[in-house]
Amino acid sequence: MKKLASLATAGLLLALAPLAAFAAEGQKEAKHISFAHEGPFGTFDRQQLQRGYKVYKEVCSTCHSMRFVAFRNLAEGGIFTEEQVKALAASVSVKDASTESGERPGLPADHFPSPFATEDDAKNANGGAVPPDLSLITKARPGWYGTFNQLVNGIGGPQYVYSVLTGYETAPAELAAEAPAGKHYNPYFGSGHWIGMAAPLTPGRVVYDDKPEGYEATVDEMAKDVSAFLSWTAEPKMEERKQLGFMVMIYLAVFSILLYLVKKKIWADQH
Amino acid sequence: MSTATHADVTRRDFLYIATGAVGAVGVALTAWPFISQMNPDASVKALASIEFDLAPIAEGQEVTIKWRGNPVIIRNRTAKEIEAAKAVPLTDLKDPIARSAVAKDGAPATDENRTVAGHEQFLVMMGVCTHLGCVPQGDNPLKEFAVVEGSLKVGGWFCPCHGSHYDTAGRIRKGPAPENLAVPPYSFLSDSKIKIG
Amino acid sequence: MAGHSSYTPKTAIEKWLHERLPIVAFAKDHALDFPTPKNLNYWWTFGGILAVMLVVQIITGIVLVMHYTPHVDMAFNSVEQIMRDVNYGWLIRYMHANGASMFFIAVYIHMFRGMYYGSYKAPREVLWILGVVIYLIMMATAFMGYVLPWGQMSFWGAKVITNLFSAIPFFGDAITTWLWGGYAVDNPTLNRFFSLHYLLPFVLAAVIGLHLWALHVPGNNNPTGVSVKSGQDTVPFHPYYTMKDAFAIAVFFLFFAFWIFYQPNYLGHAINYEPANPLVTPAHIVPEWYYLPFYAILRAIPSKLGGVIAMFGSILILFVLPWLDTSKVRSGTYRPIFKGFFWIFAIVCVALGYLGSKPPEGAYVIWGRILTAYYFAHFIVILPLLGLLESPKPLPASISDAVLSKKSKKLAPAE
Repeated sequence: MKKLASLATAGLLLALAPLAAFAAEGQKEAKHISFAHEGPFGTFDRQQLQRGYKVYKEVCSTCHSMRFVAFRNLAEGGIFTEEQVKALAASVSVKDASTESGERPGLPADHFPSPFATEDDAKNANGGAVPPDLSLITKARPGWYGTFNQLVNGIGGPQYVYSVLTGYETAPAELAAEAPAGKHYNPYFGSGHWIGMAAPLTPGRVVYDDKPEGYEATVDEMAKDVSAFLSWTAEPKMEERKQLGFMVMIYLAVFSILLYLVKKKIWADQH
Repeated sequence: MSTATHADVTRRDFLYIATGAVGAVGVALTAWPFISQMNPDASVKALASIEFDLAPIAEGQEVTIKWRGNPVIIRNRTAKEIEAAKAVPLTDLKDPIARSAVAKDGAPATDENRTVAGHEQFLVMMGVCTHLGCVPQGDNPLKEFAVVEGSLKVGGWFCPCHGSHYDTAGRIRKGPAPENLAVPPYSFLSDSKIKIG
Repeated sequence: MAGHSSYTPKTAIEKWLHERLPIVAFAKDHALDFPTPKNLNYWWTFGGILAVMLVVQIITGIVLVMHYTPHVDMAFNSVEQIMRDVNYGWLIRYMHANGASMFFIAVYIHMFRGMYYGSYKAPREVLWILGVVIYLIMMATAFMGYVLPWGQMSFWGAKVITNLFSAIPFFGDAITTWLWGGYAVDNPTLNRFFSLHYLLPFVLAAVIGLHLWALHVPGNNNPTGVSVKSGQDTVPFHPYYTMKDAFAIAVFFLFFAFWIFYQPNYLGHAINYEPANPLVTPAHIVPEWYYLPFYAILRAIPSKLGGVIAMFGSILILFVLPWLDTSKVRSGTYRPIFKGFFWIFAIVCVALGYLGSKPPEGAYVIWGRILTAYYFAHFIVILPLLGLLESPKPLPASISDAVLSKKSKKLAPAE
């Protein structure tokens, strides 16, 4: 019976093995950097999320929408205070047919505005490819593959974003010849080496509020901060989930032990 | 089991009771998310309090806005309307209680208690008839308790569903409705801006 | 099976009810006192685990429907609304999504347990057939459920699987159009899948009722496969098995909770967090892990119709399993050669699952064909022949004998 049990366990683990998807053609494995929110007890670094939001707002949001995130979420997530969120929301103008001008200043309940009115506009402005919505990007794009690897290290979503942002290179000679017009070489990009987006970050592109004046943020810092921010936008309830999970696991472990003792007592006269 | 001593039995009973109790607590705690999910979600709660700019409402005009899914009537009353509302003796009122979240609970239904001091011209109240929930109408010729200004009767409200009449302070005067129109919780952020909720 | 009921109504009101609806007697005879072989091991707890999982899926599912909108323009958004705004919505959705995988893990263990211990053999053929019906309904339900979030894999999975029906000669195209309610997977498809996804779990519950009925006529099989001979061989279901099952369920929930709270998206597909786009196919379309062996069989056959027939055949063959296995001995414990083939079969199934996740090229195709052939050979060649050729080990005289000899073996070294 022991053999049966161990074989079955092995079988179960193997059965989970096929879950591994495969890398898209030639996608280079994302760089292994770590984030504060990883691991069973990891929490988001609020300072980092504030900086990441600024990078998103000043750089990414000119082309990428983020339609599942509302300004109020920034307060709910403890990234900014209610007052700050009100001011951030009011700084954008929102379409509202019920007002005379058809527009009004944003409210905390409003979602982040999209840079393009329609998908066609987005397509036309970006060489035929719609820049993907970034709300869920770190959950939708694996940075690496492998059944066991993903089970232990996660899918590497934020690492994927970081790697793409910092991964622009000059194309190797043998590929340079076939470079499609208007595309840029990036070996970390998920669908082929050629990405429509030009390298968006340059040193000092975003001025960090929590750094001394004259501080020049590096591309690496900005990429990391925005990747952390995009992890939060994809899974804003992550901390709540892990905390509740910890309590549930402890409860179930205790309850299992109690039930085992009860079962043993009841079966005592049969064994 | 035949050899079980008294101590054995006690220990066993304790184990059973403890396990049962832990299980019951677990079930109760598990039930909470399933109950809580039916409460208003975060996007609904986010709209639970709204800010509104009163500046565009000229004297003698009113607007209806939506707050927490219900209409809220905001009227910039004329001096005559206020005067008429203040002149009514409390004994004439069908519902002598203010029903106002800007006054104390159970306060008398004076015009002062249904408005905010210093901003008496603005009457802010729920556009929900206290009879069966229809929206009372403003400029309706049937209003008995409005004020005659020239050839028009202005102010006061009339509910078209079952004919309840409300006066220029939104108090029930005639018809089946049992209570005055409720005044929601609101406060003035500035002279021309209120926050409802 | 229980014979004369041990329940006698005492008070007047109990008597009144008993004469009109003997439900208390029924519950007592079938849920509490039901005589159950005393040697059932933990592999037998998965029946109870499955019952609990169905309840979990139905409750979480009903709650999700309170917030979900079955429309191509709103389905994805409403799921995100559940994840972000609804109180504990993330928890309930992750329970439901991972619950499906847990349900399948439990059902596979339950099925392989039945195969190892010969639980499908007379007089339990109908019990087994109802089990296969349950499994088929589960597959249909899970498939339609995966379509509902309307992500990329939802859409393309739906398209690929419904296209299987186009392989049917003459009527194929008409049938797929009928399934879709249009010329492609679109809003009508989503709406009908939603309707059926809500309906089928209740059908499932009804068939499970029949499954339990068919179980309670002959009573449980057991690890020795020897039938119950006397009251010595059994214990009442309660408290012996209620508590054993409760313990197993708690441990299973511990496993379940790990996925919900620490790896909630691992068992799904990352690309399903991208809204469905009918104009862009993801690089690799892979079904959920629990369908992968059948997906491998589908792709092993080079013809479209052949592949579809093989895939459905690989499940339908389970219906006739009770008549393909010619051995009179139920339990694999006493069949030394069968035991080896059983484990080879289990490994083949897992290997097919692995191949199902791989692109259909090169060595994967060759292996897919070899293992598909073996899968069918196990049922059509190996099982019928084994029963005739194999000489089983001597069976214990009774369940009690088996339990006693096991106990003395365990004690022997200590003495």
